Amino acid sequence: MVNGLNLLFQFLDSFAFIVLAAAGLAIIFGIMGVINLAHGEFIMVGAYATTLANIRAGLPLPAAMLVGVLVTAGFGLVVERVVISGTVPNALSQRFLGRKVIEPLYDRLADSMVATWGLSLIMVQGVRITLGNSLDQIGTPLGNIAYSGFSYSTYRVMLAAVALGVLALTYYVFTRTEYGMRARATIQDEDTARALGVDTERTYMTTFAIGSGLAGLTGALYAPTITMVPGLGSSFLVEAFVAVVVGGPSVVLGTTLAGGLLGAINATVSNVLGTFFGRIALLVTAIVMIRFLPDGITGFVETLRERRQEGA
Amino acid sequence: MATETSGAGPADAGDSGALAGLRSRFEGPNTVGNSRGFWVGFLVAVLALAAYPFVVGSYQASRFSLFLVYAFLGLSLSVVWGYAGVLSFGQVVFFGVAGYTFGVVSVNFATPAGITGAFLVGVFGGALMAFVLGYFMIYGGVRNVYVTIITLVSTLVLHTFMAQTAGDEWTIGEAALGGFNGMPTIPNLAFGVGGASITFSSMTFYYLVLGLLVATYLGLRALVNSDYGRVMVAVREDEDRTRMFGYDVERVKLAVFTLGGALAGLSGVLYAAWGNYMSPGVFELTFASLPVIWVSVGGRKTLLGAVTATVGIEFLRNSLGGELAFVIVGVLLLVFILGLPGGIVPWVHRTYVEMRSDGATPEPPEASAEVSD
Repeated sequence: MVNGLNLLFQFLDSFAFIVLAAAGLAIIFGIMGVINLAHGEFIMVGAYATTLANIRAGLPLPAAMLVGVLVTAGFGLVVERVVISGTVPNALSQRFLGRKVIEPLYDRLADSMVATWGLSLIMVQGVRITLGNSLDQIGTPLGNIAYSGFSYSTYRVMLAAVALGVLALTYYVFTRTEYGMRARATIQDEDTARALGVDTERTYMTTFAIGSGLAGLTGALYAPTITMVPGLGSSFLVEAFVAVVVGGPSVVLGTTLAGGLLGAINATVSNVLGTFFGRIALLVTAIVMIRFLPDGITGFVETLRERRQEGA
Repeated sequence: MATETSGAGPADAGDSGALAGLRSRFEGPNTVGNSRGFWVGFLVAVLALAAYPFVVGSYQASRFSLFLVYAFLGLSLSVVWGYAGVLSFGQVVFFGVAGYTFGVVSVNFATPAGITGAFLVGVFGGALMAFVLGYFMIYGGVRNVYVTIITLVSTLVLHTFMAQTAGDEWTIGEAALGGFNGMPTIPNLAFGVGGASITFSSMTFYYLVLGLLVATYLGLRALVNSDYGRVMVAVREDEDRTRMFGYDVERVKLAVFTLGGALAGLSGVLYAAWGNYMSPGVFELTFASLPVIWVSVGGRKTLLGAVTATVGIEFLRNSLGGELAFVIVGVLLLVFILGLPGGIVPWVHRTYVEMRSDGATPEPPEASAEVSD
């Protein structure tokens, strides 16, 4: 019984971690075709902004978290304009050189990976130089749940509920709002969308800001539970990538299913064999999944559905 | 092709037949530098590198030989990514596996013959690892983007794995893998059997690496300009069309991937012998990204770019040292991938050719022009 409870908490914990780590990355990858290798560093920005706002500026934790989200979203907006779309450098060069120097990185997967990797190097080292090797940490709020000799942090279990909230909100935004409609139109057929009056430039810009904001939220939520070092983003990167690869093209459903599956595998293996093997199991699952379901879980579901329709 | 390049300009008229025939093996549309001027420059550069230790002393030469060792790693990614179109983030996997293999074997058999064997086993280990991983991915129908992600994930798996090998159960023969602390007592490289052997340390090691690098560079030039090289480039440009022409695309990709693994393995073995040391640090993300940076900056579709950018960037990074090094490297990467996606060397080459063709002498047809005919 006790073991069962342990397992349940561990599952909720890793489910939340995987979903929150992947959400922002999945949105940016799914809609813009940009693989953001600096995703972990966006999370780091959120975590740092939250910590600084809480400890140095003295804001209460929820307000500090909001600051973290907004700062990261704003930062994402700047990155999108300067690096991903190249609008700002192009405007400058148009003025001084009379020609554009940068091609947008949309749908150039390999190039976007390399460019954002450069960005992540700059961010990690830049933060290390300006803010030092570590930062004071916010204490984990809400205490522990204690049960017959064991205890688990209430806060981390609560994050599972937050993760579900994030998924629900993302679902709402992409299916029920005007922006969501434009975004989905842009994914499906950019040229037609533009012909019908959708400002695709603006859709991309908003999408990147939303994805960055979600990364910031992840950073803000985990700020009280992890050590504040400039390289903290890399601990999220693996889970995020694995979840996006396993989830497949549909952002909300894919991330939910991937979070559920990977969370279960990670929790079970960690519980039985230790954290190290939990991580290895996660990575092996990813490799096996790519081999047998190259389009992820939702891609597989899609194929099944098409096959059934053909049969009917 | 041979007639076109050798009979190109009036400058080449003095070449003797044998030399021109030899040169034509190394020249073609897949490499830059197909003129007599280039080969003169190449010879001067090699001689300058050979004279370098006498100018700066053996300590600096030994430091510089590490950059030359890295050049093999750069070349391995250039072949795999630039010529066959597979972006691998995991060249360091083969580098590390080969280095560790060399370490384990050479510590156990610390005689010249044993070390010679360890060298071969190490390089073979890198190639074998690439073959297995490549077979799984390429014949498994994994698309190119996911190949990148799988290689990245493999790097992380190995890092996690090697970092926890601190215990006594991770001792192979007399060689302890040592977890985070790594393997500190790897012997110097040596070739030969018993008395008839030669051990390579600082100066001799430098010349060994330089010699191997020149040979590898020329060998790869001959490869990419051969018929097989053309098939490789065809695979990079359009897999479906190449398949339609009857080529076995999967086999070509696997062969190139394995070759890349062997080159990265060679680099790893030399690295282990250079520092007498191997640690899980070689599987870290920052190290894994270095080959991608070198090759992107230098120009992934040129072998020369990979070598010069590797040596140049590592020299710069090492001389700068300290905190700013990675910021500068990151900025370099960002600027080049955005502003000059082809890399430096092709850009310099293009500018040079344009500058010369403004003059009176007619230029030989350029690679791009030949292809578009």
